[in-house]
Amino acid sequence: MTEGLVQRPKISVRHLNFYYGSQQALKDNNLDIAEKAVTAIIGPSGCGKSTHIRCYNRIYEMYKGQTATGEILLDGKNILDPSVDLIQLRMRVGMIFQRPTPFPMSIFDNVAYGLRLKAKLSRSELEARVEKALRDAALWDEVADKLYEPGTHLSGGQQQRLCIARAIAVEPEVILMDEPASAIDPVGTAKIEDLIFALKSDYTIVIVTHNMQQAARVSDYTAFFYNGEVVEFGRTTDIFTRPQKKQTEDYITGRFG
Amino acid sequence: MKKRSIVLRKIVNGVVTGVAGAAAVAGIGMLLWILGVVVQRGITAIDWEFFTRLPAPPGELGGGVSNAIAGTFIITLVATLMGVPIGILAGTYVAEFGRETRLATAIRFCANTLMGAPSIVIGVFVYTLIVIPMGRFSGLAGSVALATIMLPIVARTTEDMLRLVPNSLRESALALGAPEHNMIVQVVFRAARSGMLTGIILAVARVSGETAPLLFTTLNSPYWSLALDKPMANLTVTIFNYAMSPYADWQAKAWGASLLITAAVLIMNLAARALARERRLTS
Repeated sequence: MTEGLVQRPKISVRHLNFYYGSQQALKDNNLDIAEKAVTAIIGPSGCGKSTHIRCYNRIYEMYKGQTATGEILLDGKNILDPSVDLIQLRMRVGMIFQRPTPFPMSIFDNVAYGLRLKAKLSRSELEARVEKALRDAALWDEVADKLYEPGTHLSGGQQQRLCIARAIAVEPEVILMDEPASAIDPVGTAKIEDLIFALKSDYTIVIVTHNMQQAARVSDYTAFFYNGEVVEFGRTTDIFTRPQKKQTEDYITGRFG
Repeated sequence: MKKRSIVLRKIVNGVVTGVAGAAAVAGIGMLLWILGVVVQRGITAIDWEFFTRLPAPPGELGGGVSNAIAGTFIITLVATLMGVPIGILAGTYVAEFGRETRLATAIRFCANTLMGAPSIVIGVFVYTLIVIPMGRFSGLAGSVALATIMLPIVARTTEDMLRLVPNSLRESALALGAPEHNMIVQVVFRAARSGMLTGIILAVARVSGETAPLLFTTLNSPYWSLALDKPMANLTVTIFNYAMSPYADWQAKAWGASLLITAAVLIMNLAARALARERRLTS
């Protein structure tokens, strides 16, 4: 059922296992992520959704004792291979976190942070790229006259769009979103969902969410996780209208989780 | 169950509140008393000559402590230039790289122990380490002693402040493809900046009143000397010498120097508090 659903996937996960010390958190995950589409990962708390996408940019390596085995093929190349350069990988695979994390610097410098890491740009080039990223993140009109104020002075929803601008400024191929709207009010959430919809023509997006309506609204494909396993994967319309597995049906109809 | 009298409880409450309040008043009162005496006795000694003239010979009236003011400033400055960078780097290692490794735990333990070491012991240590091989007292030896006192204070406050920075900020920087050193310097240091500055100011304030380590290392000088390899005049040893002298004019100068140092330490503490308040407002 899962095999062959996604033609020429951007990311292919094969036999991925993940361990916090000796405790196994992901069990033999297999998943294909479609290019320039939104894939939602849903499931109850603690089922491994976030852990799964934290493997795609190997951010878990910051912490001792966290290990992954198996393969994650990005354009056919296994990024779990120790020879992969983490800096280059993370420039290709960006990430948005649950809580907005503006850096303690101005709005401009927040967006310019990744650009400055990537290349030496002239001031005018830098300004143009920052403006484009802020426009693409639908934040430009709200911050154009206060680019040099601290990023922390924005509202929660604006801060999260600032983080999205910061991530897309370096033009990654994939954007990982770990419950990007869970700490944001409904108006801010709607803006972020519109943004996700607009961004998918240029980026491959993987979004972890607790909110099933959100998954149904923004995604093309949905994977249902339970207990560290990929229980079911399919087109979002299929998962929400005719799930194949009883666990999936129970979860999306609100019988547990 | 026996019912306890509500009157008795109120009496106990009143007694405890009263004793605690009296203790608080005693503590603050002692500080105000010291400040009051230092200001009252010191202010009369402070005039233009106090800042601009060299010490007068024993028994003669007049003169000032300009050389000691300059000396204390230089010794403390050089100590800061040595102690702060090493302290920040050590604290950064423990908080960012070492974390819970055995080496980091050992460094943290050593810093805590060094912080509790009596300053006179550090003075004697630097005496054998620098003064004896050099064959004379020097400003540099005093700076090394003060830097040794500052080092653990700066290292521990740096570590504590870096630990307060949430990991989500580190993850965000790394997720953008930042190398670790860039993440630490550009993002984590910036987030912890005011806390780290507070620690540095408190460390400077702490050593600027030290006397014992300087007695063994820098000694004192009645002359104008800015050479780091020679004995250097400084305020705290000047206070020590003048206060013990039989000359009323020197004793008055000791009060003046005491006021100067007390005021400087007070200002540094106020600056540290202001910075700490700014931190609460911006985060």
